[in-house]
Amino acid sequence: MARAVVKLPSTVKRGEIVEIRTLVQHAMETGFRRTQLGEVIPRNIIRTFVCAYNGKEIFRAGLHPAIAANPLLAFTTVATESGTITFTWTGDNGFSVTESATITVE
Amino acid sequence: MSAGSRARAVAWIFFAATQTVAGAEIPLEERRSGYEFMSRDTRAMQDDDATNPGVFWVLDGEALWNRKAGAAGTACADCHGNARVSMKGVAARYPAWDAARRRPVNLEQRINMCRTERQKAAPLEHENRDLLALTAYVAHQSRGMPITIAPDKRTEPFLNAGRATFMRRQGQLNLACAQCHDERWGKKLAGTTIPQGHPTGYPLYRLEWQSLGSLQRRLRNCMIGIRAEPYPYGAMEFVELELYLMWRARGMKLETPAVRP
Ligand code: HEC
Ligand code: HEC
Repeated sequence: MARAVVKLPSTVKRGEIVEIRTLVQHAMETGFRRTQLGEVIPRNIIRTFVCAYNGKEIFRAGLHPAIAANPLLAFTTVATESGTITFTWTGDNGFSVTESATITVE
Repeated sequence: MSAGSRARAVAWIFFAATQTVAGAEIPLEERRSGYEFMSRDTRAMQDDDATNPGVFWVLDGEALWNRKAGAAGTACADCHGNARVSMKGVAARYPAWDAARRRPVNLEQRINMCRTERQKAAPLEHENRDLLALTAYVAHQSRGMPITIAPDKRTEPFLNAGRATFMRRQGQLNLACAQCHDERWGKKLAGTTIPQGHPTGYPLYRLEWQSLGSLQRRLRNCMIGIRAEPYPYGAMEFVELELYLMWRARGMKLETPAVRP
């Protein structure tokens, strides 16, 4: 099971801009590399990342073969209400990881 | 060979043709970790556990620490308890003397000894993901602590052998480690700043590797760079070099898991 780390402030003021950082464990094998015997190493990458704030999608990213292993994504959102932020990474070979964090808006 | 690595190879060859050896160790107070030669972005990546990918290996190592393995059915934790207590400061004094083998062993070898002799499990190969994870987890318990290599009568010959390897010109480019890391640190080799070559962050996440790797993997990279045949993983020459590098960095703080370009 792949690991994921997310970082965001746990308590913020309403209307504040919040930076969210996410890091996920994945080799991001491009599909262009070969073994020493010349065989292609099959592509194995994350295709999609989705972030939802209380169920509503606020950020989405498509990932491609040139993206580094263990992709780090940082983005911002505006704090509107207390609740849960969920993060989902899906990709080749049925890869799927979900992580969540709670945020308190004062 | 990619265009980038070809450009780098040309840079190493040009460098070899224009350098001479003088030979002076860096004064203690002028020593600087490779961290200080990195870009601000890469330093920020290392500093924050939410952006440092090496943390994944530390977390995997923690899970392995608590998992039973081998014919003995024991976990590291069964004998060593809480690693935060029992492994604190351990990595800071490795490679360390092993009485049974009558030679110094590095941390990976020490962990493999517990695997084979105590857990009765097969040894893990060098750069194996689990071995890197366990080593990172153990070394992480010493993060921020000063390196405390204290040579004695038994380890001194090995330390001296490591120093001799460091000072000796080798490979088709006929360069010594010292020519870059003692005498030309801070200068450029193609686009890269030459660091002093301190082993303070290992195992570490190298962006070029897209992975965590051991100190020996790093040393093999430098040997290949000077067109020398790298020693095999686990070779005595490597343990001697590691011992010398740790002594050369004595008092400097461990950073495991560090990030390097
Ligand atoms: C059955 C008990 C047992 C198990 C299981 C075990 N060890 Fe050990 N370990 C020891 C003993 C005893 C020593 C001290 C040996 C000595 O000094 O010769 C030791 C020493 C060590 C040291 C060196 C400590 C120092 O102060 O230099 C490290 C590192 C270590 N073990 C890591 C591990 C790891 C990692 C695992 C799991 C993969 C593990 N051990 C599993 C009993 C065990
Ligand atoms: C031609 C110059 C050159 C020579 C000779 C050389 N290195 Fe290096 N070394 C480098 C450069 C450049 C880097 C940094 C690479 C990078 O960051 O991409 C480096 C990195 C290192 C590091 C990693 C430091 C850190 O912060 O993690 C160590 C350790 C090291 N070298 C040891 C050695 C040893 C031991 C030898 C001799 C076997 C050696 N080097 C020979 C140029 C050299």
